[in-house]
Amino acid sequence: MTRVCVAGAGAIGSLLAGHLARVADVSVLTRRPEHAAALERAGLRVSGRSDFTARVAASDDPASLPPADLVILACKGTDLETLSSRLEGHFPSATVMTVQNGLGAEEIAGAHGDWPLLSAVTFMSGTRHGDTHVEYVLDTATWIGPYRGTTGDDARSAASLIASSGLAAEGFDDLRPAQWSKLIFNATVNGVAALTELPHDFHFAEVDDDAALGLLVRDLVDEGKATAAAAGVALREDPWEMNVLATRRGHRHFPSMLEDVKAKRPTEVELINGSLVREARRLGVSVPLHTAIYRLVKAKEASYTS
Amino acid sequence: MKICVVGCGAVGSLFAANLSLLDDVEVVAFDLSQPHVDAINAGGLRLSGAGDVVGHPRATSDPSEIGACDFGIVATKAMHTDAAIAATAGSFSGGCVATVQNGIGNEEVLAGHVERVIRGTTFPAGKLLEPGHVQWDVKGDTTLGPFEPSPAPFAAIEQLADACTRAGLPTAAVADARGPQWRKVIFNAATNPVGALTGLTHGRVCERPDLRALVTGLVDEGKAVAAAQGIELDSDPEALIDHAAKPEVAYGHKASMLQDVEARRSTEIDYLNGGIVRFGREHDVPTPLNEAIWALVKGVEQSWQQ
Repeated sequence: MTRVCVAGAGAIGSLLAGHLARVADVSVLTRRPEHAAALERAGLRVSGRSDFTARVAASDDPASLPPADLVILACKGTDLETLSSRLEGHFPSATVMTVQNGLGAEEIAGAHGDWPLLSAVTFMSGTRHGDTHVEYVLDTATWIGPYRGTTGDDARSAASLIASSGLAAEGFDDLRPAQWSKLIFNATVNGVAALTELPHDFHFAEVDDDAALGLLVRDLVDEGKATAAAAGVALREDPWEMNVLATRRGHRHFPSMLEDVKAKRPTEVELINGSLVREARRLGVSVPLHTAIYRLVKAKEASYTS
Repeated sequence: MKICVVGCGAVGSLFAANLSLLDDVEVVAFDLSQPHVDAINAGGLRLSGAGDVVGHPRATSDPSEIGACDFGIVATKAMHTDAAIAATAGSFSGGCVATVQNGIGNEEVLAGHVERVIRGTTFPAGKLLEPGHVQWDVKGDTTLGPFEPSPAPFAAIEQLADACTRAGLPTAAVADARGPQWRKVIFNAATNPVGALTGLTHGRVCERPDLRALVTGLVDEGKAVAAAQGIELDSDPEALIDHAAKPEVAYGHKASMLQDVEARRSTEIDYLNGGIVRFGREHDVPTPLNEAIWALVKGVEQSWQQ
């Protein structure tokens, strides 16, 4: 795999495109033509944990991009349907990889073409400082697994390409243990952060008084674990431990749903919390606390309009 | 009869101004806000809205100027009860002290400082417009009864209820005042924090079926805690919730806790949902939703210290 198209150039897409351009021919599909023009003109600068400027091809029209072996859909979950429909009929020989939070991204993408599909979750993070500059903040891994018409070897091969570009990545025969670990972590941390407007900090691990936030976080994680168990998924990591470790990193992380509610933007609550609640219902697992968080975040989104 | 109203915010001012109109009652208004105290002493305490009244209680911010009283009526926010009664207890060594505050647990705090305590619940509401002037939004009933572990004599409770009623604040003296108190606390705990967390008015909370179901979940836990204590609610809090959601009642009303959150003031969550959780634990009644809401609102308060 040496030709990669990164579709969607937010923070995650920019980090992938910039790094991969060092080891592959990278094109970037943008939403806005001026974004593509800026990338073609100035390249893509990566700062923070990496420091370089990469040359990339870019366009807002998939038809004018070169063929690719791997297409990475790197938009937010709320934009995935629109992005996938733009790709319909394009990149016939490519494998398509989703990296969205939550569950169900593969089905959304797969409905728009018969590409082989890889499924991924990413824990890295970055901050966009404009159309042509992204800061690499958290160097945690991207995990990849087979989904439709692909194998663990395909996942490992995509992971080794990404790893060779300077990002952390690992491929698996079955992504679900990792995907569910992240789903439970995300539904819990993003939901609580969106409602309290606290960044993911030490409060999330506090369990030492009656109203401590960590008690709620732990209860939410336990509901998630019960759902995963009912789905027959053995979690790769304990989401509670992931939470505790993350709060000890020494800096405060602002989860995306917190950023979204502060900016009064739609959040990924449907893909993250909604999919967990729906899976639990389908499996007959009672998740009253996740249901409450899901309803409250949906209602908070509704409050943007009076 | 000499009555000191301890804490002359909106509710305290309704009592102080109305009671001061009675010839046989001397009223002292104790409040820590010097501008409010000065305004009352200079021009009287004015109520406008549901009733137009100018009362002339003697106001002070100095506990040593209160003198011995027959009754205290404590109307501070619940988190200030301990400090307020600690400062003023000396004036009530021969008298009885009633609470007309929100939440549960105030009587216990009062009983830590004074001997004869009156359990109370009041429904009139208003807001402080400026020093010396309160808008009276809603009229409503007040119920007084003995605080069982440290009771005031029933004859004294009747005497206070009679004075309030004659002053235009219909008040009943009852042997068990827990029913109305728990109806109000269940109402407040099920609706106020949901408004505070989502930013929605009472009516908008109630018209979202999923969110209204969460409110009912909170109500049901409160009812179970009340039932475990042998408390018979005087009517169903659900009826109060639906009544308040009507356009002509309080559809557009922002719960006081939402107003607190918007102004970044401490909320009464510890005495509402926190109180239900605490009493639930004492009686082995699980209250997971109230615990979750309690932790979320505490989290909101903690986010202001960032």
